[in-house]
Amino acid sequence: MAQRARPLSPFLHYRWQYTNTLSILHRVTGVLLSAGFLVLVYWLAAAAGGPERYAAALHRLSSPLAQLVLFGAAFGFCYHLLNGVRHLFFDMGHGFELATARKSGWAVAIGAVALGLSVWLAVRAGLGGGA
Amino acid sequence: MSLRSPLRRVTYLGSAKGGSSHWYAQRVTAVALVLLGLWLVVSLATMGGTSHARVVAWLASPVAAALAVLLVVTGAWHALLGLQVVIEDYVGDKGTRLAVLLVVRFALVVAAVVGVLAVLRIAFGVAA
Repeated sequence: MAQRARPLSPFLHYRWQYTNTLSILHRVTGVLLSAGFLVLVYWLAAAAGGPERYAAALHRLSSPLAQLVLFGAAFGFCYHLLNGVRHLFFDMGHGFELATARKSGWAVAIGAVALGLSVWLAVRAGLGGGA
Repeated sequence: MSLRSPLRRVTYLGSAKGGSSHWYAQRVTAVALVLLGLWLVVSLATMGGTSHARVVAWLASPVAAALAVLLVVTGAWHALLGLQVVIEDYVGDKGTRLAVLLVVRFALVVAAVVGVLAVLRIAFGVAA
C-alpha cells in the first residue's frame, strides 16, 4: 500500500510574520542553549578535575570564539526564558488576542536584549572580568 | 480503547501515544529551569571570581550542590525533549533522523552523568 504524503511544517506554507520569527528564535536559542549546557558541564567537570585542569579549561573558555558563544548563550538564556514564560501563558489559554500577543512579543524581544546585556555584564563583573 | 484501526497506525496516521506526556514534561522542566537558571545566574554574578577555590567553595554548600545536580539533570532532560522536537520537524530522512536522535540522546545522557558526578566530586571534597 502506498504511503500517504505527510503534512508539511507550517513554515513551508504560511505568510511570514514577525511572530513566527519569535517562534523560530525560540528554537534557535534552545539549540544554542543546549550547546551552552555542554559548556557548563565541561566547566563543572574541569573544576572537579583539580586546579590545573580547571586553569586549562578557563584558558580555553577565554578565547574570543568561546566568549562569543558564551555571549550568545547569555542572550539566548534570557530570550528563551522570557519567551518560554510567554508560551506557558499561551498554554494556559491566556494572551492569544492579536494585540496582546504582539505586545508580549515585543516585550520579550526588548526584554531579552536588555536582560541579556545585564546578565552578561553582571556575570562578568561577578566573575572578576575576563571570565 | 482506541478508535483508530491498526492499519491506520502502521501507515503512520495513528497516534504516537506518548505525545501528551512529552508535551507535559517539557513544560514541567521549563518551570523548574526558570528557577534553577535564575539561581545559576545569581550564583555566577555573586560568587566573587572564577578561581578554582571559589568554585569549590560555592559547590561545597549542600544547597548549592543539590541545586546544581537538579540543574544538570533538568537541563539535560529539557534539552533532550526540545532537540527531539526540532530534529523530528526538520530531519526528513528516517534513517538520518534516527541516527541524529540517538547521537543527541547519548550525548545529553553522558553530559548529565558527567555533570552530576563533577558536582558530587566537588561537594564531597574530592576535588579540593
